[in-house]
Amino acid sequence: MMSSMHGLHRLALRLGAAATLAICAGLSAAQEPIRIGAFLSITGPASFLGDPENKTLELYIEKLNAAGGVLGRKLQLIAYDDAGDAEKARTFARRLIEQDRVDVIVGGTTTGTTMAVVPLVESAQVPLLSLAGAVVIIEPVKKWVFKTPHTDRMACEKIFADMRARKLSRVALISGSGGFDKSMRGECLGVAKKAGIQVLADENYGDRDTDMTAQLTKIRNTPGVQAVLNPGFGQGPAIVTRNFRQLGLKMPLYQSHGVASKEFIRLSGEAAEGVRLPAAALLVAESLPASDKQRPVVVGYKREYESRFKSEVSTFGGHAYDGLMLAVEAMKAAGSSERAKVRDALENVRGYVGTAGVVNMSAKDHMGLDLSAFRMLEVRKGDWTLVP
Amino acid sequence: MSAQFVQFLLTGLTVGAIYALVALGFSIIYNASQVINFAQGEFVMIGGMATVWFAAAGVPYAAAIPLAVAAAAAVGLALEKFAVEPARGASVVTLIIITIGASIFLRGLATLIWDKQLHVLKPFSGDTPIVLGGATLLPQSLWVLGVSLAIVLALAWFFGRTLLGKAMLATSNNRLAAQLAGIRVRHVLALAFALSAALGAIAGILIAPIAFTSYDVGVMLGLKGFAAAILGGMGSGAGAVVGGIVLGIAETMSAGYISSAYKDAIALLAMLAVLFFLPSGLLGRRGTERV
Repeated sequence: MMSSMHGLHRLALRLGAAATLAICAGLSAAQEPIRIGAFLSITGPASFLGDPENKTLELYIEKLNAAGGVLGRKLQLIAYDDAGDAEKARTFARRLIEQDRVDVIVGGTTTGTTMAVVPLVESAQVPLLSLAGAVVIIEPVKKWVFKTPHTDRMACEKIFADMRARKLSRVALISGSGGFDKSMRGECLGVAKKAGIQVLADENYGDRDTDMTAQLTKIRNTPGVQAVLNPGFGQGPAIVTRNFRQLGLKMPLYQSHGVASKEFIRLSGEAAEGVRLPAAALLVAESLPASDKQRPVVVGYKREYESRFKSEVSTFGGHAYDGLMLAVEAMKAAGSSERAKVRDALENVRGYVGTAGVVNMSAKDHMGLDLSAFRMLEVRKGDWTLVP
Repeated sequence: MSAQFVQFLLTGLTVGAIYALVALGFSIIYNASQVINFAQGEFVMIGGMATVWFAAAGVPYAAAIPLAVAAAAAVGLALEKFAVEPARGASVVTLIIITIGASIFLRGLATLIWDKQLHVLKPFSGDTPIVLGGATLLPQSLWVLGVSLAIVLALAWFFGRTLLGKAMLATSNNRLAAQLAGIRVRHVLALAFALSAALGAIAGILIAPIAFTSYDVGVMLGLKGFAAAILGGMGSGAGAVVGGIVLGIAETMSAGYISSAYKDAIALLAMLAVLFFLPSGLLGRRGTERV
């Protein structure tokens, strides 16, 4: 009795499986899904960037599919974790292109992983939407490579413009030894002259240093310094901010978009009062005026992300949102998911409103953002406020 | 003395005191076992992170701090019991590699139990800087200096005046003879690990209000503490303290007077120079390799 029951059961299972297979085959023949590839640093040292990016992609692909997909086809996300390793990024990108045959690639998370993959997508002719910051990704322009976040050069320009508006022109720099710090320091030194800024001091600290009072004392004793800029990332800027107040320095202190998160205010405590920094609109989503073009986009993304993952939204996840939406936008405009057509459509995107700003791509500009994408913020009473 | 010099000196002393506490931990374990314990930095991390954790759970500092120190000491004991002791008889290099493995394991565990974010402890007595001869000092720095001094004195008393301390010293001098004299050598080893873990944890708690804490805070502090221990003479208690203070002051002075970009290189060069002329460190045992 038992065995015949088993036999029946097995038969039913087999029949079911066969039927499912048949249905799948039928569907896929009619409607191949659009394949979105991604290589992100979901774990490893850059996980605080890659993790929200990955979550954002999953969340929005699910939402797009629930709304019927794109061009009447479902989207399929194929994401790999490169753990911040450029070598792994290259391997995964090759797999995405050759085995998974994706239509577009979103990633990588860092400048290092992106640049490792650039030669690959250029020769295989696949559109790549990078989520990393550095200018080198899009300068010089590479035919198949686009990027969604602002560059650190823009952050420098924004900060210097704000300084000039406050009639400050003699500046001291203090920066850390990490990649972000070094890159932004270089960009700031590069654009200072054009912005009418004179850099009087250029101090450094180690990434895990516990005290920067020595460097700040040196800055205090440098005659003529009107403002201090700390292009930095991680814990360093918070320590700089605390040491700055401890030494009783009274000039304005500027931080970078690298620490544009609530964590910075939490770590610096009261010392953060009055600190200014440039940041994406996402950070102050709810305090944007109703007339702001970006408001519906950033408030929508913020609410969606926070209600789903129960953690605070970050600008990094926003970059992934922009990457995915730009790809979708381009496919809709092209009426196809064909790689070459999507690339051409990406280059012609005008007036797309994303979390990073309003995107106007062109053959010469594969990022399409201008300085209006950055908002100047000031810490007041332990929260960000918009500087008009 | 200019105000600038005083500022550099005070900063150097504060940073150096933390290096000294970590270096003391290295020395105690080294004495008991000839092992350089590269998980020393992780004890620093456990101290800071556990205090943050207990405090977040609503435990007042007065209880959270002893709890965190006890937790670190327990981890130290476990490290000795489950990683070092089973490999007894293995070469010292093997034991050192085991401690490196343990440090990676502990760091990974910390990201699972806690998280990867930075945390800050409230300063023990406020944030208002104290002005001293034109320089400023945070009250927390006084805590760092005061507690470090108290610990150094307590350790000196422990090793100089108590039977247990003397037993530990005897073991480090000659293990076999100590064993023959009735000292339980294995207990001494366990005690050394617990004691160093507690010291590291205290350093981690003292520095957390100034420089924050996170799962990987121990990497840098562990290395600096190791450098301080080498500089002072591995195995020498007084050497660890001197080495830490010298390293801290060398760093801030070179950042202040020469170049902040090269301050670590300068501190390292100073260290190499010392070791060139005094191969066993500033206060290390002179002389001879036992065969």
